[in-house]
This record gives sequence, C-alpha cells and structure tokens, in this order.
Amino acid sequence: MRKIVIDPVTRLEGHLKVEVMADNGKVVAAEAAGTMYRGFETILAGRDPRDAVYITQRICGVCPVSHATAAAFALDDAFGVQVPANGRIIRNLILGGNYLQSHIIHFYNLSLPDYAQFPAIAPFTHHYTGDYRLNKETNERLVGNYFKALEIRRKCHEMVALFGGKMPHQVAIIAGGTSMTAQKEKIDAYRKLLAEIAQFVEKEYAEDTRLLANAYSDYFQVGKGPANFLSYGVFPLNDIGRDKLIGAGVHIGGKPADLDIGKITEDAAHSWYDKTADGSPAKTATNAQYGKAGAYSWVKAPRYGGEVCEVGPLARMWISGRYTSGVSAMDRIVARTLEAALITKALAKWLDELEPGAPCEAAVEIPYTASGVGLVEAPRGALGHWITIRNHRIERYQAVVPTTWNCSPRDAGGKAGALEQALIGLPVPDADNPLAVVRAVHSFDPCLACAVHVITPGKPVSEFKL
Amino acid sequence: MRNLSRREFLRLCGATGAALGLTHAIKPEILEAFAGPAGGQPPIVWLQGGSCSGCSVSLLNGVQPEIGKVLTEVISLQFHQTLMAAAGEPAMEILPAVKKQYAGQYYLVVEGSVSTGDKVMYSTLGERDGKPVSFAEWVKTMAAGAKAVIAVGTCATFGGIPAAGSNPAGSKAVSDVISGVPLINVPGCPIHPDRVLGTLVHAIKYGIPELDHLKRPTVFFGKCVHDLCGRRQMFDEGKFATRLSEPGCLYKLGCKGPMAYNDCPTRQYNNNTSWCVAANAPCIACVEPGFPDHTSPFFERMPEYGPAGTPSPQPRQGNIIGGDK
Repeated sequence: MRKIVIDPVTRLEGHLKVEVMADNGKVVAAEAAGTMYRGFETILAGRDPRDAVYITQRICGVCPVSHATAAAFALDDAFGVQVPANGRIIRNLILGGNYLQSHIIHFYNLSLPDYAQFPAIAPFTHHYTGDYRLNKETNERLVGNYFKALEIRRKCHEMVALFGGKMPHQVAIIAGGTSMTAQKEKIDAYRKLLAEIAQFVEKEYAEDTRLLANAYSDYFQVGKGPANFLSYGVFPLNDIGRDKLIGAGVHIGGKPADLDIGKITEDAAHSWYDKTADGSPAKTATNAQYGKAGAYSWVKAPRYGGEVCEVGPLARMWISGRYTSGVSAMDRIVARTLEAALITKALAKWLDELEPGAPCEAAVEIPYTASGVGLVEAPRGALGHWITIRNHRIERYQAVVPTTWNCSPRDAGGKAGALEQALIGLPVPDADNPLAVVRAVHSFDPCLACAVHVITPGKPVSEFKL
Repeated sequence: MRNLSRREFLRLCGATGAALGLTHAIKPEILEAFAGPAGGQPPIVWLQGGSCSGCSVSLLNGVQPEIGKVLTEVISLQFHQTLMAAAGEPAMEILPAVKKQYAGQYYLVVEGSVSTGDKVMYSTLGERDGKPVSFAEWVKTMAAGAKAVIAVGTCATFGGIPAAGSNPAGSKAVSDVISGVPLINVPGCPIHPDRVLGTLVHAIKYGIPELDHLKRPTVFFGKCVHDLCGRRQMFDEGKFATRLSEPGCLYKLGCKGPMAYNDCPTRQYNNNTSWCVAANAPCIACVEPGFPDHTSPFFERMPEYGPAGTPSPQPRQGNIIGGDK
C-alpha cells in the first residue's frame, strides 16, 4: 500500500489536490480536495442585486458566462420579468461561444499533455513519464493542433466579444436581457468566425478525439464513477424557456427521472465549514472552519436525494439520449466533443433567428423582497444560483457549481464524491508517475475556483459598507 | 531586428489603431527583448492564488505574435498551473530550482489575491514534508529572488473582489505581502494581454516603466476612460441613454468611466473586437483600487461627478475613488 499525493493537479482551473492509496498497482482509495477559498457569496451580501451578474462571473474566468447567465436567470425569476426574444438569443450566442472556447481549451490545452509528448521546453518539461503511446505521426498532429487550438479558442472569445463586449468577463448579459442589440454587422462578423471555428470542430477536433480514443481505448474501461447523472438543461429555445437545446433531468441507479430541485442538498461533514452548511441550498448558511476534525476540502458535497451525481457533458449527452455508450474517462472526452459539434450547429441557427432592431432588454424593477433561482449548465456541468432579496439588496446568495458535484469530498454517510469514486481501480503501475490518475481527473474538466465558495452567513445588510 | 529606443517603444505601446493591437506593433521588440539573458529567455514564474484564472485566460487572447509562439519561443514560462505539463511533486520542484538557477534574473508574475493573517491557509499550493504550504509563503519566497514582481489583475494589484465586502478570506494585494523588490501593478478584471506583455517587455528591455502613484505603467493607465470614450461628446452635449440598449452616454446608467484610468476605449479587447461601453454596458472601473466596493452599484449613477460638460479630474490617476494605498 502506498499513498500518492498530487498537489497541485495542474491544467485545470483553480487549486486541486488529489490523494490516492495504491495497492498492487491499482487505486484502492481516493480523496479530492479543493485548497483555495475566497468566499464569494459572503462578498455578495448587501449589494444591488443587478450587480450579481458582473460579480458572480468573476467566480471563474474560464466559464464566466455561465455564472452571468445563472445570475441573470435568478434575477429574471426574482424580478418577474420576461426577456425579449433577442435578449434570449443573444444570451445563447454569448454562452454558446464560450462553450466552444471551453471545450476546445479543455481537450487540447488542459488534457492533451497527459497523452501526447510535447517538445522538452517550458512549460512542458518535468511531466510524469511512462505510458505515452501515440505514434509519431499522430503525436505531431495533435501537438500541432494544440497551438492551432489556442488560436481557435481565441477566436471563440472574439465571437463572444462581438455581443458580450469583452472576454473573459463579458458585460452584455444583464438582468432582464442583454445590453447589446442585434446589429447586422455583428451578426455577420459572428457568422464568419463561427464558420472557421465550426470547421475546426468538425474536421480537426472530431478527428483528434477519434485518434486519441483509438490509441487509449483502455480508458473506456476506467474512471467510471457513480454513473448517476444530473442536468439542469441549457440554451432556452423559446421565450417561455421550457424547451432547451439540451434538456434537464436526472439518471439515478440506471433510471431516468424528471429533475426535482427540492431534492438537492449540500453536506459539509468533511469540508472546512461548520454544521450550518448542511441542508437545502436555499436555506443553508456556511461559515469557514479551517482545520475542522475529519475535514479535508474547501469543497462541499452536494447530493440529489442523498445520491452522488456526475454532472457535465457526459451527463447532458446521456440524459438527452445523444450518447449512452459508456461511463469512463474517455467517454467524457468523447461526449464533450459531440456536444461542441451540436452547439456549433445551433449557434448558426440562432443567428438566423435574431431580428435586427427588435428589443433585447426588458425594464427591471428591484422588489423590496423576493427570491429567485437560476439554473443553467456550465460547460463542465450543472450550475445553480439561489438569491434572496431584502430591502432591495442581496440578503443571501448561493451558487452550487459543477465541480462541487464532481469533486465533492465524502458526505456524512461516508459516500465518496463522483471523482473520488472514479479514481478507484485506476492502474498505477508506477507510483511516482500516476498518469492514469491525472488523466481521469482531467476527464471531468474540474474548475476549483467555482467549487470553493461559501453561502452568505446572513449578516444584516447594514453591516456591509457600500 | 529593429532596436527601438524607449521613446519609440512607448509610442508603439500607445499607438493602437482600430485594427492594430500592441502585440502586433511590438512583435519584433517582444522577440528581441525575450531573446536576452538566461539561456536565451528570461524565465517567468506565474503563480495563481485567490484568482478565477481569468487573467491567464485573457493572456491567451493575445495576438501577434500568436500566443503559442509567445509561450514556446518568446518567454520561458517555467511555472504556470493552468498550462504546464507537470503536476504534483515534479511541478513543485520547479520553483526552488528556478530560484536557485536564475537568482535575480527571473520575473515573478502573481495572479490573484493573497490570503493573509490567520487565514493564510485559505490558499495553499503543494506540500512540504507532508504539510500544505501557503500561497502567501510561495509569493514571499519567490519574490525574494526575483528581478521584479509583476502583479497582474485587480485581485493581485488591489485585492479586487476577494478583498471586497467583509473579505472573508483575509485577501490582500501582492504589495501588502512583499517588500524589497521592484513591483509593477497591472490591474484589470481581467488584465489585457497587451498590458502584460508590454509591461514585461519594458521591464526586460528598458527597466521598470514609468509608474503612477499606484505603481501602474502610465503608458497604459495614464488617461481617463471618460476622456478617451467614443461617447464623451454625447456626455458633453447632455445626450444620455435612459436604458442600456439605446444610444447615448451611459453616465446616468452607472458608467464609472470618469473614475477609471486606462486606454480601454482605444485599445479595446479580444483583438480589437469591442469593449464594455461599445457593448452598451457601463464601465465598472475594474482597474481601480476601489473595485468593486467603491465602483458599485454598477448600474447606479456615480455620486462624485458633476453635470454634463464637467472636465475629468486630472491629472492624478485613481485618486478620486481610492486615494493612495
């Protein structure tokens, strides 16, 4: 038995430590820990609710649009406003463009160095050694596309900036719709960039995924996890918002079911927060308690009806019936690629649906008291924002984010998180070079800055200086 | 390669036409500057603390030279958590190795705020003898041997959002935890890639650039957004938008352009695609030390500023909202 500590796990957003016990060349126990804490929700307390859109997207620079969208949905809900069609579509265009950026950067720039051999120069030196098995031609192709992908993902951001003003941290998504209007020249410029990006996704990304999956086909057999899935659904297709490009739902114990957000709870038995953190995200209050006995992470443990769920592209593709071949490290990579192709096609259609000159924002009025929920899918999984407004200000805010689901620690019942479960059984023939472990971790595309957060402790608004 | 004088270089930094980013204009200068000491390239160590990685992602949006070329041929990025191949122990061995091998020659870039006080363990990176090491300790250790420290993004320069409100993680700016080494602040939420690369080039080729009282390079942060804004004339003429998506100056809808000192209106973002006001959104003065507490509510008119036609406060940058740190 040997303990292997990987701190930090690099090539992901934020600070993640993974500790596994290996016995006879296999992982037999695993712990995943978030090692950085900022306390965003506490920072939000007492502010103008509209500001939540700009502040929460700063939780994460990789998927800021997802937080902006979740916050805007929560505010639309709390304010009771109907977003005009153009506003809905422009939000989709901003979010969709960043999905492509996120999936592309994940495959090429965050994951690929686990599988391909790069030139021995910084920042590619000092990596784990061992099982790299791409033939020379494939290796060269993939490494070349690493650099091509950097350029393509930059263009994805340019596409987003056409409507979003800038990326990261777009400015156009606001409560009630978007500030940016549907101008013909922006639509044309977006279309032009999209055509180039779509070609890369269809020709290069799809083929590169196939090459990787063929060379590392044994990764279809490892990294399974709980095989329970959850999705909030994303990209509303009409103004009522019920129909979405990718639907909501859960898949628990092999059975599909409708989503019931009342079944979502958080548990902090093994997280550095006190007991007030346990319960429904609409009600809990969390206070940091670093060093708490038995705790090992800043990430909390969300559960659905007490069950551990995986979220992300594989969950979405599985629940919507688009991809159900298996649950593994490689299946996550394949599902992500399929989703990128699906979104490139949808974006082209939404551009056609825009009506230049039509309104894109509805007037909003901040109520004295209100509450709202905003549910969306970030590229890496289910994202929910819960807001309570009192005296026209934010009284309580909470975000339950994808990586909290995927990289949660154990709960009070001892149930390990999705990633922790997925690591069990992985081969580690060489304990000094745990390649399979980092590959499996990266298949989830973790985002720790999102995962590590805290609920507002519910301090009176007057205590916060504005 | 051209050998530009400092004056010519600075002119290039400021000369951003509609279709020409800084990195385009100074491409040969970047290549030349980084082809200097220390085995061809000055090593860069990029540490991420209380951050969202947005500044790193923004760096990747740099154009000309392509960022891939910058990463492999131009700078020697020895440590960067989001990009490097190494993980775990092999990754953490890099920092002491760089400190020893390139003593006094490497540049330390810090992204994100630093947890301090009894909350220092709220941010850790790697282990020593089986115990986690605080991010604050890494910043101090690596700053001690650096040629200069460049704090990038508003979290690293002024504390930013992590230090806002009740500051639950005891977050502070880099300037609050290091001393005795040259420091340059390059704020922004996120940073603009031109401003980071331009600052690095200047530091390497000509030394520390001229800084304002907040240690920001004046070449990028010397002018008021309100003065450079394409809608300034609308302000002077009293043409104000009543909702964001209609034409007009956004001042009454919360624009903090008069508080903000940088060249966003001319430089723009994402390969000159757009910027906040061009997308009908208010400037939120994200480069200022008061961000976000003193520059919010973002959609409410700022109280400190006068009626249409009022000249922008000049010339002391940033003073009207945060004052000296």
